[in-house]
Parts: sequence; structure tokens; C-alpha cells
Amino acid sequence: MAREIVVMSLFLVGAFLMFLAGLGLLRMPDLFLRMSATSKAGSLGAGLVLLGAVVFFQDWGITARALATIVFLFLTAPVAAHMIGRAAYFDGVPLWKGTVRDDLRGHYKLSTHRLETQATPPDDKESIDAVVQRIDDH
Amino acid sequence: MINTLFILILALLTAGFIAAFIRLVRGPYLPDRVVALDLISILVMGFIVVYAVRFNQAAYLDVAIILALITFLGTVAFAYYLERRA
Repeated sequence: MAREIVVMSLFLVGAFLMFLAGLGLLRMPDLFLRMSATSKAGSLGAGLVLLGAVVFFQDWGITARALATIVFLFLTAPVAAHMIGRAAYFDGVPLWKGTVRDDLRGHYKLSTHRLETQATPPDDKESIDAVVQRIDDH
Repeated sequence: MINTLFILILALLTAGFIAAFIRLVRGPYLPDRVVALDLISILVMGFIVVYAVRFNQAAYLDVAIILALITFLGTVAFAYYLERRA
């Protein structure tokens, strides 16, 4: 009985987190905020559901496989999110209009896709007045 | 009791699935759709694991492992082609 309670709690929390990931994907205002919801809540939810399976089956082979899946998920989710985010930034996906800071602006050479320490001068920084104006507009 | 809880869990997963599907249809950009597909495959993994426990079939867990592997490859491939296009 105790085992069922643990399994069901893990499943419920995991399923709820995955639901939150879906909700975040639907409701967040731009791609980068959406990705932050799905990659964190999604992989944590899947990890909890797999842990529930570990507790339920109580078998060494299954435990090893499930733990390997969890480790793999936690290693690959950030890598995949980073690659999509990078590609989207180059592709020109716009940021949310309420964004106040874009540290990458001017630092990426669009021709070579290389990250440069020295920002290209023209749009290095937005002037503070423009930022204040934009917050007011928002 | 246990059955009700399973239905609740599957309902939560389905709600997340529907939300991700709406984002997949709506876009508005290609990367949004890639992220939605990524989340959908993670949700399918959750479905498979819950079903494996519900019907006591440990073999289904292997499907979840393979799905995790393939999803990562698919996402990386999408990102690669997106970056080449940009």
C-alpha cells in the first residue's frame, strides 16, 4: 500500500509538471520564454514519472534502465534547448515586447555565426531613455 | 481509488498534450513548432510509462527510452537545418 502511495504521488506531481510545461508553451509570450517552461518543467516531470516506475517495479534491470533514461533526459534537454534557441536567435525570431535586456545584441556576427566579445558599435546598447520609454509604453 | 487517480494523471497529460498541439498548429514561427514537437514527444514518454505501470508491463519502458533517444536526435537535426537556413 505504501508503495502505491509513493508511486501515485510521483506520477501526480510529474503529470502536473508536464501539464504546466504544456500550459507554459501555450501561454508564454515569446519563443525563449516558452522554451524555458518546456525544457525545465517537461524534463523534471518526465524524470518524476520514470522514478514512479522505478518504485513500482522494484527490479534492478528496470531501475538501471529508468535511471539511465533520466540521466540522458537531463543531459540532453538543455543541449537541445540551447541549440534551438541559438538557431531561432539567428533566424530572427522576435523577443517579447516587454524584454528589457538582450545581452547578445550586436555580439553575434550574423555572417559567420561566431560569438564576439567586442560588440559591433552601432546597436551595442540601447540607450536607457529608450528602455524607460518602452517600459512606459508597455 | 487507484483507477480514479490514473484517470486524473492521464487527464493532466492529455491537457498538456492539447496545449502543446495548439502551439504546434498556431506557430507562429518554425522554432515554436519544433519546441512543441519536443514537448509532445516527452508527453508521449510520460503516457507510455504510466501505461506500463497501469498494466504492469515492464517491457513498455524500453519504448520510452528509445523515444527519448530519437527525440533528442530529431531536435538537434531541426536546430541544425534551422541554423543553416538563417
